[in-house]
Amino acid sequence: MTIASSSPPSRLPLGGAEGARTRPKTDRAKAREAGGDGRLAAVFLAPALLGFVVFLLWPTLRGIYLSFTRFNLLTPAEWVGLDNYVRMVNDPIFWDSLTVTVEYVVINIGVQTVAALAIAVLLQRLTQSAVLRGIVLTPYLMSNVVAGIVWLWMLDTQLGIGNEIIAAVGADRIPFLADETWAIPTIALINVWRHVGYTALLLFAGLQAIPNDMYEAAKVDGASEWRMFWRITMPLLRPVLAVVLIMTVIGSFQVFDTVAVTTAGGPANATNVLQYYIYGAAFGRFQFGYASAMSVALLVVLSAITFLQYRLTRAGQSDLG
Amino acid sequence: MTAVTATTTKVRPTRRRRLSPGRVVAWAAMAAIVLITLLPFYWILRTALSSNTALAAHPSDPLPVDLTTGGFERALGLQSTEEAIAQGGSGGGLKFWRYLINSVIVSTLITVCQIFFSAMAAYAFARLRWRGRDKVFALFLAGLMVPTIFTLLPNFVLIKELGLVDNLLGIALPTMFMTPFAVFFLRQFFMNVPREVEEAALLDGAGKIRIFFRVMLPMASTPILTLGVLTYITAWNDYFWPLMVSYSDSSRVLTVALAIFRAQTPQTGYDWSGLMAATLIAALPMLLLFGFFARRIVGTISFTGIK
Repeated sequence: MTIASSSPPSRLPLGGAEGARTRPKTDRAKAREAGGDGRLAAVFLAPALLGFVVFLLWPTLRGIYLSFTRFNLLTPAEWVGLDNYVRMVNDPIFWDSLTVTVEYVVINIGVQTVAALAIAVLLQRLTQSAVLRGIVLTPYLMSNVVAGIVWLWMLDTQLGIGNEIIAAVGADRIPFLADETWAIPTIALINVWRHVGYTALLLFAGLQAIPNDMYEAAKVDGASEWRMFWRITMPLLRPVLAVVLIMTVIGSFQVFDTVAVTTAGGPANATNVLQYYIYGAAFGRFQFGYASAMSVALLVVLSAITFLQYRLTRAGQSDLG
Repeated sequence: MTAVTATTTKVRPTRRRRLSPGRVVAWAAMAAIVLITLLPFYWILRTALSSNTALAAHPSDPLPVDLTTGGFERALGLQSTEEAIAQGGSGGGLKFWRYLINSVIVSTLITVCQIFFSAMAAYAFARLRWRGRDKVFALFLAGLMVPTIFTLLPNFVLIKELGLVDNLLGIALPTMFMTPFAVFFLRQFFMNVPREVEEAALLDGAGKIRIFFRVMLPMASTPILTLGVLTYITAWNDYFWPLMVSYSDSSRVLTVALAIFRAQTPQTGYDWSGLMAATLIAALPMLLLFGFFARRIVGTISFTGIK
């Protein structure tokens, strides 16, 4: 016979919307009445739990283990202690690629967040058109591969329409994806193009939760749209914005596809983002141990950033009454 | 990672407002956004319908130059090698239909299984009572924190050990059973189904299994549809994982094939016409899928997990 868990309801890492909804007392009381559904729950949970353990929990632990080994896929992994990490710290290409990745994330997230916020506000304050919302989402339907190839063409130095326009106004053609300084900002902006609409819709959904009365009241008081944005929209959107920011930063650090199809890490390692370097180490040089160590480093960096962002932006608290 | 849910958005009554300079600027900004969003789509079509030689001569002509379907024929592998090379292609084959079928199989397998299994788990977390429920759910939530990319290398090693490399099942398997997000997302909806509805069904003598299929799943049909379409799009667009697992035509999906097609650059330069035709064909199914469900999805995308 099963007895309902006596542990307090778990707290969500994000938000905490659940906490209020689960009422342990009534649940427990009802469970005693119903006698629990242990066996049925086991059946319902089995496939998901299997997937969770085999393809998420086990690989996570194994990834950490592999980072302490020398492993080339063909012979069994051999324990080497901290060797991979020592090598990583002394590997200038690793540090270069971490710098390039951070540069990418800063440009990508900076531009995307401002643009998504602007689009979301326009979609809320200017028009409620569902058609426009559908339109801004269309680039998200393309794969990164498609987006990369299309912009590779549009930004081609000789034949791309982008450079044709630049040449038409009399400026020098820019080798966007073939130049060491331009390549990373260009890739960052290509990915802004693909993701900004989706991000904007998430923010738009957050804006929908702000009562319209607030804007009406502010308008009666003679407040401008600009002032309403800073005094109403921004403070009340903050928790949503914080979570969206954490999500997009984590996604941004994992950039790979666009680099793979546009520059392949070049020119001269200028776009050798971390994930691309890790892929090369594993599948180009079969150093799975070293690749795993760099993955662990990325995981640590991401966890630290998530934690910091969560604290700094007070993502868990809402100012909306 | 995505965070979308389906709730009905309130449609505010539209009022006629005065046309102030601010609104003109705002509309101009909106128009610019729409232009930047949609221009690449037009340029894909325009390029795909042009011939490579004409493209080189008229790079900025707004209409297709030297209108031809040669690009599409090359992308679909309908041209002979000589023909393709003469028109600026690489002559390298693109077994489009094979890749399309592979993409459909993988995406369908992932979407159907993942959502069904996640819904089952979500129901167990939301409405069944069993020992350790909160602890197991906390573990699932912790899974949300692990970036997908971290599990790719060890998962590849696992798939290799299972002998599923270069196999469609090997591509689908890791995301076929669940994602923590799908479980979390669906649990939210099941928790919001009024208890009264469930209790009424119980009084009618329905068992919990019957309630899951007859009450819970139908009541959550809109969020399930939204999640399903987004899962399908994500699976269809995935490149990194299939790139690791598939080596030959038998398991190659469209994204990987497209990247290979792009890498087969002929001596004369890129086959832009063929490439754009290929990207258009690869993207079209998702545009159609979205177009078909857009009304229900866009109107209902909203945020979950936050107050």
